[in-house]
Amino acid sequence: MMRINADTGLCVGSGQCVLTEPAVFDQDGDGIVVLLTDHPSDETEAQVRDAITLCPSRALSILQE
Amino acid sequence: MTKSVSGELAGLQLPVERGCPFAPPDAYERLREQAPISKVRLTSGGEAWWVSGHEEGRAILADRRFSSDRRKDGFPLLNLDAAIQQQFRSQPQLMIGMDGAEHAAVRRPVIGEFTVKRLAALRPRIQDIVDHFIDDMLATDRRPVDLVQALSLPVPSLVICELLGVPYTDHDFFQSRTAVAVRRTSSSEDRRRALADLRAYIDDLVTRKESEPGDDLFGRQIARQRQQGALDHAGLVSLALLLLTAGHETTANMISLGVIGLLSHPEQLALVKADPGRTPMAVEELLRYFTITDTVTSRVATEDVEIGGVSIKAGEGVIVSSLSANWDPALFKNPAELDVERGARHHLAFGFGPHQCLGQNLARLELQIVFDTLFRRIPTLHLAAPAEGLPFKTDAVIYGVHELPVTW
Ligand code: SF4
Repeated sequence: MMRINADTGLCVGSGQCVLTEPAVFDQDGDGIVVLLTDHPSDETEAQVRDAITLCPSRALSILQE
Repeated sequence: MTKSVSGELAGLQLPVERGCPFAPPDAYERLREQAPISKVRLTSGGEAWWVSGHEEGRAILADRRFSSDRRKDGFPLLNLDAAIQQQFRSQPQLMIGMDGAEHAAVRRPVIGEFTVKRLAALRPRIQDIVDHFIDDMLATDRRPVDLVQALSLPVPSLVICELLGVPYTDHDFFQSRTAVAVRRTSSSEDRRRALADLRAYIDDLVTRKESEPGDDLFGRQIARQRQQGALDHAGLVSLALLLLTAGHETTANMISLGVIGLLSHPEQLALVKADPGRTPMAVEELLRYFTITDTVTSRVATEDVEIGGVSIKAGEGVIVSSLSANWDPALFKNPAELDVERGARHHLAFGFGPHQCLGQNLARLELQIVFDTLFRRIPTLHLAAPAEGLPFKTDAVIYGVHELPVTW
């Protein structure tokens, strides 16, 4: 199962992840990424991968497949 | 190592004029065909790397070994005379010219204002604003109407004024000064004066808000900065200046260009009209297609970097052409085709990396609401002059159109 990580130190709050997959990504009040789950479901996998490439600060990564 | 194409851009002043208003300058394609990264000589002096490829452009913009600091030697300052270059070097940097921790310290406190959720809450108010200006359009007997004045400029101006806490009654003043500041043909004296006027206006506004902050973005920032102390008065003025000027000129141009793009491609417009669910993707495609801030994404290398088979040396300037990247057929098949169903979200119209546009989701929201509302409420809208002959802003750093006569 896919496991993902979000590096809040790198995040620049662009919200691309939230726009792409709101079931997995959110932003806190200060705009920084929050993972709603670090084990995205199979249904959201394609979207999650898209969010990872769209993230401008490379804050998102796949830890294990 | 790629072939050097030194001299290719010599004699062409950047921004290069587009031959066709709906396509990048021809030279861009020639350069891209030669190499995704090539050396070019600049008319403003010196050489720089010209990055045409989407993949290479993204890699450079996300790579922190490239600096945004416009004061650094080697930074490709395009198109600016010596006096302006000097002013650039001596003035306090705007956020867009900062790197690393310094950049993060200024950007982080503001990003909470632009979260997807926070912006979604603005939707009804933006809808009201758009409806208001369309009501005015429909109420007039005068035709054609200049859409730039009737809708493209006032919508983002009013939205950004309300968000920031700037009295909208002052918008004529800063709109005219911004226009002078970004127009290529402005004399350096006029440009300097316009920037000084803007700074003085904002300085005054920030001073007033420092004693009475109020519940708007500037007010909240002032209160927050007081607690955290990352920015002093001058820093706040720079931040305010950037947010105010970046927030209306760009969106205004994209509204006009988007309308022209859709009206000139009726089959694409029909798709959007048939299902508003397509509007967000149409907006991405229009952003890609026009890419109005082409060379704003320039950098200077702070170390030697190997990228795309090229070795870029410390101190060498890099111009990532976001327009060229967005027309890179390696990623966007048939880039010259406006295709609202393409799924163009990987475009670089908002840049990439830590500097990616802070206001991008506000811009998206405004564009979506404007296009949906305009074509729903005025379904017979059409251009009142041939698209090719419109006064496009070939003379500006930010691409757009000066006037857009429409009728219905
Ligand atoms: S896309 Fe990246 S930078 Fe933007 S909010 Fe998500 S994690 Fe942060």
